[in-house]
Amino acid sequence: MDLIYGAIVTGILTGGVYALMASGLTLVFGVMDIINVGQGALVILGAYLAYALEQHLHLDPFLSLLLTIPALFLVGVVIEVAIIRRLKRDRTMLSILVTFAVALIIEGLLTLFFTTNLVKIDAWYVDNSFPVGSVYVAYIYLFGFILSVVLLAALWAFLYRTKFGQGIRATVQNRTAAELIGINVARVETITFGIGVSLAAAGGMVYGAINTFNPVSAYDLISRLLVIIILGGMGSLFGALVAALFMLIVEDVTSVVWSPVWATLVFYVVLAAVLLVRAQGVFGKVATRRQ
Amino acid sequence: MKAPSVLARSSRWFLSGALIAGVMLGVAAAPSQAASPAAGPPIKIGFSVSLSGDFSSDGQAILQGYRLWAADVNSHGGLLGRKVRLIYYDDASSTTQVQTDYTKLITSDKVDLTFGPFSTLLTIPATAVARRYGYAFLAPAGGGPLVFQQNFHNFFFVQPSPVARNLVSFTHWLLTLPKSRRPTTAAYVTIDDPFAKPEVDTARGILSRHGVRSVYYTVVPSEVTDFQPMALSAAHTHAQLVVIGSPGPDLSIALINGFKQQHYNPKAIIATSGPDQGKTFSKAVGLRNTEGIMVPEGWWYGAKTYQNTRFISEYLRTYHGTVADISQDTPEAYSVGQVAQQAVTKIGSLDNGKLIAELHRGTFQSVQGPMRFDSAGRPQGESFIVQWRNGNTVPVYPAQYAVKSVEYPKPHWH
Repeated sequence: MDLIYGAIVTGILTGGVYALMASGLTLVFGVMDIINVGQGALVILGAYLAYALEQHLHLDPFLSLLLTIPALFLVGVVIEVAIIRRLKRDRTMLSILVTFAVALIIEGLLTLFFTTNLVKIDAWYVDNSFPVGSVYVAYIYLFGFILSVVLLAALWAFLYRTKFGQGIRATVQNRTAAELIGINVARVETITFGIGVSLAAAGGMVYGAINTFNPVSAYDLISRLLVIIILGGMGSLFGALVAALFMLIVEDVTSVVWSPVWATLVFYVVLAAVLLVRAQGVFGKVATRRQ
Repeated sequence: MKAPSVLARSSRWFLSGALIAGVMLGVAAAPSQAASPAAGPPIKIGFSVSLSGDFSSDGQAILQGYRLWAADVNSHGGLLGRKVRLIYYDDASSTTQVQTDYTKLITSDKVDLTFGPFSTLLTIPATAVARRYGYAFLAPAGGGPLVFQQNFHNFFFVQPSPVARNLVSFTHWLLTLPKSRRPTTAAYVTIDDPFAKPEVDTARGILSRHGVRSVYYTVVPSEVTDFQPMALSAAHTHAQLVVIGSPGPDLSIALINGFKQQHYNPKAIIATSGPDQGKTFSKAVGLRNTEGIMVPEGWWYGAKTYQNTRFISEYLRTYHGTVADISQDTPEAYSVGQVAQQAVTKIGSLDNGKLIAELHRGTFQSVQGPMRFDSAGRPQGESFIVQWRNGNTVPVYPAQYAVKSVEYPKPHWH
């Protein structure tokens, strides 16, 4: 019983971090119909930026977010203006190809600068832990979860409590109508893409503190992030949160109760069952647009 | 060693295409560094190496070893009086790309000799290609049981012992302990990998037969990246010994960090890989927490083996850093060159048929010690156990290699 309890606690805390990483992906899809398969590489870029600041300037990884979030926002803006905006037809399909190219470029640059040796972000809270009932939880899991909740709440408030957020939601609902009422859709898309990418900075920092990583870690990561947003419903922030928590809890509990061999399988069986009933995911696009 | 996801595999195809072009144009096609009096055209040595993908860390270390050896040979008059030139391609850690690479090396580049890539996974298809064309295949890595089951007559695994027996020395040491001090319970966590799992299974079989009860055994699929549940489960058993089957450093690092977080202090921890990765390992788990952790090795920087001092000074001059930074892969690759050099010199030719016969017949010196092979290319020596002590790794068992005695039990985490 202790083990199941421990697995649930770890699953919830890790799930929150995955939700943060997936939220950028789902936000961009919701607004732009773009599947940014480069999000995994951007998360790893965020992890490396935090790592470099910690190694060279001894900057606390959470403090470093004050630099890395704006930096990745700019990276996102540049990618959108230089590449995504130029896709006039078949945006969804072509976006997969071009963002994949972006991922390869990022991977190549990271390999050049950091090599492929595995690294890990270090801080006092990474390995120190505190008891939660019968198990110990490292502070980084708790801090990472709190960061995820705060950023997701801020994102929600931005979308639902600001005028610009209203513009974003209008664009989600009907791009043409939004243009007709005077919303600068191109600007909305640029900023949305920038926000989506900037979330990778936060997700990457926590990911890099929990796991060892190298430039190719992006591939395993993007597979999981895509699964999360498909289960949650592409375009739904709340869906990403629920799906991430569900995925990590199912995998962790299956691992400790049964075997890691079955952990992924059990989750994918559930995913297939859900998609058979609701092809658009649990909180699919229709639900999002009603929000 | 993680199996690439579908997306990862496809991406590596794209990436490998780009890298192949880059490597061919930029690096591989360039002749190796040193100039020496050459009687005839350079001897072309071809190999595939993982410069991207899951094995890229090991692949780059292997490339370092091959390059060091080639530079050394060229600065000492070459091989058979001719310069050595390395030709290599990136296989992107892909089992299909590695076959393409060796086919191209043999049929298009017409290399004289072939050296091996990293991992059992890539070595099997690569050796099959080399056998088809009658080439001897000297491999620095990839000595899992699956390779020897193929009965490749042209295959030679240039490490002291077959991979499956890497932890046997450790079990021998453990069983020398008086029963009252010996661990009574053990937890085994291994990646489902043809390199790591056989090592763990062999150790588990031996220890179980001698009364060390296996209280946790789990095989982790290679695509899994979250190892926290396994750390939690192993800690929950309070096993006194932990054996980790990790083909790369990631599982070892994740479990050790997980154990620290759970305040779980086994009396002994040994991993098939990870603690042998020098600074990569010590930085990831914290230098003070490396104390007492063990790993089987075939090479040690302080060993009085053939040309070991020369190898180390060449490494430090070329790549800088410290001896602790030298990955095991690098001397293993260097040894491949040394063995090939001695065999070729002995037969005085590049005839691969004669070379295969000589490699089966002779004993060769290397930085890992003497090498002898049976009919399936199995090395006939044994690996030794290295332990982290005061921030460095030192051989601790068996006695003929030991510099210090084993620190047991391992100190608690800091």
